[in-house]
Amino acid sequence: MSSVTFTPSTAEPDWVLPSRGRVGMFSLIGAESAIFTIFVIAYVFYLGKSVSGPTPQDVLELPIFSTICLLSSSLTIHLAVRALRQAKIGAFGLWWFVTMTLGAIFLVSTGREWHHLIYDKGLTVSTNLFGTTYYSLVGLHAFHVTVGLLMIALTMIFTLLGKVKPEHSERAEVFSLYWHFVDVVWVIVFTVVYVIGR
Amino acid sequence: MSSETIALNAVGESSRPIGERLHDWVVTVDHKKLGILYILYALFFLVVGGIEAIIMRIQLIVPHNHFVSPQIFNRMMTMHGTTMIFFMVMPILFGFGTYLIPLMIGARDMAFPRLNAFSFWMTAFGGLLLYFSFIGGNGLYGAGTAPDVGWWAYAPLTARAFSPGHSTDFWTLALLVSGIGSVGTGVNFIATILCMRCPGMTLGKMPLLAWLNLVVGGMVIFCISPLTAAQIMLLIDRYLGGHFFDTQAGGSAVLWMHFFWIFGHPEVYILVVPAFAFVSEIVPVFSRKPIFGYPIMVAATIAIGFISFSVWAHHMFTIGMSSYGNSFFVFTTVAIAVPTGIKIFNWLGTMWGGKIQLQVPMLFCIGFLFQFLIAGLTGIMLGTAPFNWQLSGSYFVVAHFHYVIVGGIVFALFGAFYYWYPKMSGRMYNETLGKWHFWLFIIGFHLTFDFMHIPGLLGMPRRIYTYEPGRGWEVWNFIVTIGAFLQAAGVLVFVVNLLWSLRKGDTAGNDPWDAWTLEWSTSSPPPDYDFAATPVVRSRRPLWDLKHPEDPDWKYE
Repeated sequence: MSSVTFTPSTAEPDWVLPSRGRVGMFSLIGAESAIFTIFVIAYVFYLGKSVSGPTPQDVLELPIFSTICLLSSSLTIHLAVRALRQAKIGAFGLWWFVTMTLGAIFLVSTGREWHHLIYDKGLTVSTNLFGTTYYSLVGLHAFHVTVGLLMIALTMIFTLLGKVKPEHSERAEVFSLYWHFVDVVWVIVFTVVYVIGR
Repeated sequence: MSSETIALNAVGESSRPIGERLHDWVVTVDHKKLGILYILYALFFLVVGGIEAIIMRIQLIVPHNHFVSPQIFNRMMTMHGTTMIFFMVMPILFGFGTYLIPLMIGARDMAFPRLNAFSFWMTAFGGLLLYFSFIGGNGLYGAGTAPDVGWWAYAPLTARAFSPGHSTDFWTLALLVSGIGSVGTGVNFIATILCMRCPGMTLGKMPLLAWLNLVVGGMVIFCISPLTAAQIMLLIDRYLGGHFFDTQAGGSAVLWMHFFWIFGHPEVYILVVPAFAFVSEIVPVFSRKPIFGYPIMVAATIAIGFISFSVWAHHMFTIGMSSYGNSFFVFTTVAIAVPTGIKIFNWLGTMWGGKIQLQVPMLFCIGFLFQFLIAGLTGIMLGTAPFNWQLSGSYFVVAHFHYVIVGGIVFALFGAFYYWYPKMSGRMYNETLGKWHFWLFIIGFHLTFDFMHIPGLLGMPRRIYTYEPGRGWEVWNFIVTIGAFLQAAGVLVFVVNLLWSLRKGDTAGNDPWDAWTLEWSTSSPPPDYDFAATPVVRSRRPLWDLKHPEDPDWKYE
């Protein structure tokens, strides 16, 4: 047994470590992308393996407008975070609201598309393999958009209450990483489901 | 002991009412308390899973035994596997990681303390959900049942037609919930190790335990998620009428196998890499030498992390893959043996020429080295497709992976228990009882798992609840069951030792092993804030530098 005293010596001046928020979010994005990978693999693996109709060619239409909305929300959230970093709370609130609106438009269009598929085309999750894999993959993405929208709405309320300060810009930025990730996933889903799979 | 302490509360811990102290444990976000909660929770499930194993072994001790029904045997088999992997080994390793990582990197807590608590309680409730199936498994239909689909739950066993009631759903939800907790822990490990290191601790100066747990964190986030995805698909199949694994509608049972094993094989390395971490900390201290080949150890671990994601289908050689598929997975399986072998050589190199002290932690580590080598060798045998075709689904496989998990991981875990018990409790364990535990357990282990290879080679399939006499399996099964009881006796001695030493053990002091990593610089048990002042390190062995200012490590690194 020995006794040891830890005397703090003067630390080297520049001991800089990565931001834990960013590292944590990137790790979470890693985990999420593994989940999406499995669903995309299942979708591609089962393409054309349905034993009955309808097929993707029969029922799917390119969701151009909602895609443009979702992708441009990446730009607006970036502008919002930049405004917050420059302490322009008003501009932040405006861009944040635009992001929320664009995300909501995307979600509503997905809802309308599903309504059309279910009631007009008779495609449900149990109709065939295409229905199972399509609703799971697009639904998983829509679920992530919903979670993101809830967070954006919460932040919007805080902004309106005047609680959001420039020192929160890193948190907003960490959240925006998630939102960008959701957009990137949509690019992949769009390509796989609506372009290649059709 | 002259470590600086800060007097936070004058009231002694034992003078507070018991309800208040229990409340502290429930609401805690402290990494040390959560680590101990993980460990206690896992020890409870070690006993539960052990009882299930003993029930199976009693059933198999003689041919045509009627100790339990085939249905109960299947449930015991499923619950034993699921419990031991998800609710024993994983939580206990996360517990040690949660407890030790901040202490070893000179931090006061994890990067996300509340996420840490969330992860623990998700894991804990996952275990409760699994065991609630004994009561609620059949829902309103009648008496409850536990899941009986095997720990990998191959399709179509899990389809509604073959698993009516809710037992399979409890299994699915338990793994889904605990999987979310595991991913939280993985995220937390990575963020803590990358972002919370004390000044001077560059990546190249981290203790190997931190390095290896960083790799584990990375593997957790990429390998648990496929399981989560597959469980979501299974839920969609069972509740929304989906067809993912429904062969009648064109679905594929083999796809489930791929999804399960792309999780399942990295999972083995998630379990074994923390065991490597314990051995990498214990062997140098009890050989009185720094670890041999530190950079190579790190590189080998990272290599294992990557390669482990490309070996999964060696569990599936018998499903009829193409010869290219078989060759690829044979190649990767043999390739992963290379970094693993490097590690074994490095531990031997650490012991070589050292002043080896054969105390209980070191005894368990030597047992680990020996048994893990054999486990790796039978692994290479099974990883060779033609040999695998012969023995897949036999007791040889069961013997192989229990050699890895018990002979490797559990031995390293017991070593870690004895090594860090003084730090966690402030008291020394009883060395005599520890030696009894070691010898009972190692004799029982070898009786059970050495002799389990033989009925496998003689053609005994796994997962059968009984067998015909006259096939030459009787004597081996008898020996295997006797060994299981010896192991149980060893674990009993271990639990007695833990409880007895908590009250009566000698006071441990800060640094009973004359060790070199930061956790030994603070008091035992460590105060809430871990370190009174943030330590500053200049080498991989900061305590060596302090104890030997005339010959510090940083001059040579």
